[in-house]
Amino acid sequence: MNRVVITGMGIYSVIGKNLDEVRNSLYQGKSGIIFDPIRKKMGFRSALTGMVDRPVLKGVLDRRMRIGMAVQGEYAYIASLEALKVAGIEQSFLDQHEVGILYGNDSSAVPVVESVDILREKKDTMMIGSGYIFQSMNSTVSMNLSVIFRLRGINFTIAGACASGSHAIGMGYLLIKQGLQDIIICGGAQEINPESTASFDALNAFSTHESEPTKASRPFDHDRDGLVPSGGAATVILESYDSAVKRGATILGEVLGYGFSSNGEHISLPNVEGPRRAMQMALKSSGLSAEKMDYINAHATSTQGGDSNEAQAINDIFGKTKPLISSTKSMTGHEMWMGGASEVVYSVLMMQNNFVAPNINFHTPDEFSKKLNIAQVTTPTEINAFLSNSFGFGGTNSALVIRKFSR
Amino acid sequence: MNLLMQNDEIINKINQLLVEEIEIDEEQISQEADLKKDLGIDSLDFVDLFVIIENNFGFKMKAEEMTDVKTLRDFYSYIIKRVNPN
Repeated sequence: MNRVVITGMGIYSVIGKNLDEVRNSLYQGKSGIIFDPIRKKMGFRSALTGMVDRPVLKGVLDRRMRIGMAVQGEYAYIASLEALKVAGIEQSFLDQHEVGILYGNDSSAVPVVESVDILREKKDTMMIGSGYIFQSMNSTVSMNLSVIFRLRGINFTIAGACASGSHAIGMGYLLIKQGLQDIIICGGAQEINPESTASFDALNAFSTHESEPTKASRPFDHDRDGLVPSGGAATVILESYDSAVKRGATILGEVLGYGFSSNGEHISLPNVEGPRRAMQMALKSSGLSAEKMDYINAHATSTQGGDSNEAQAINDIFGKTKPLISSTKSMTGHEMWMGGASEVVYSVLMMQNNFVAPNINFHTPDEFSKKLNIAQVTTPTEINAFLSNSFGFGGTNSALVIRKFSR
Repeated sequence: MNLLMQNDEIINKINQLLVEEIEIDEEQISQEADLKKDLGIDSLDFVDLFVIIENNFGFKMKAEEMTDVKTLRDFYSYIIKRVNPN
């Protein structure tokens, strides 16, 4: 079995457009949440959202490469450029080796809406043009990036709701561990627009704390009133240890374990047992005990049910060892399909820079979160190993264990 | 759409659309340029040209009328005939 290491990462997020900016935001506990007046006019219950500028790719990519890419693909392109640069992988290397892509993405609403709007108005499918089909499929990110970077390895999208990005890294880890691929561009992308979140807003799941957007996302806090949707993209380059050594690459961390499970219950309400099994499986496959986890990046989205169930599951496993815990969603909002990948990037940044980012807006614990060691402020500490949780609709759960690399 | 459009107006408009919408390099534009080989217009670009021509000249291009359209000169002639049939 191969050891699986991280040799590159890149990020385009509501708290920064590159690794340096994001590291600073994490350290400072900076929020990326805003009030979007367009959503209010449209009839949203909550107009809160994470927000980041759309990348300008005209002059960077040719027209054919651009017009098939939805906004989350653009985010993912920027994040992947940074990740490949960090990994020291140039186009000439991609042309000569079998490099794959597994990206998490679970929607592409705007191109679907716009193309059908054109059809309804013009009553002729030919007026839709050539770009929308490639933008509108869930696999839009992996299909576009594989063409842009001329990839020749595994190539598909992982759609696992809000655990998509985490499962993408988990599946990449398994493929490299098995020796089926040497390098895989893994990640997660999430579109930011009203079209993709309107039906989610309908579930009364979003925070309505609109008067203070940066205080709306408050995972684990007693007074939390819902999540804040967000987005962007994060890329993690996974590589076999042998390939990394052969290339002389700098190793940023090692993926040691991946755990997954399905709740088999409610379509939207999470439970305790499913996430607990995923965490236990990740720990078991990592070969590390609970006490070796220095930090847990919680899934906690700031919903009442989700956070309390995760707190119980974490307490069941880590109640004695009490590692530092934070939900970076307190700053970023819920990055959904992207979150599982971005939170690995955030946690590796913390591991590299010896701090745990704060769970901002956590002031009053509830009966479950009071049992956890939640970092209310930026906490300088050495992280040798961490666990990252991601859970999604349908009861899909993913947990990853990542450790500082040592020979 | 505009029956009074002069031929050179139509040609200029087509050139402008090719440069701005399809992002053809302006220097490559010549009457003799082969749409596929020289300008790199592929089957997907033709789908977009269909939209662009309808939006700018007000008619739908028909694939069966395009079979002999190889060069930019052919394309100009085709569009001119459709815009000014007489």
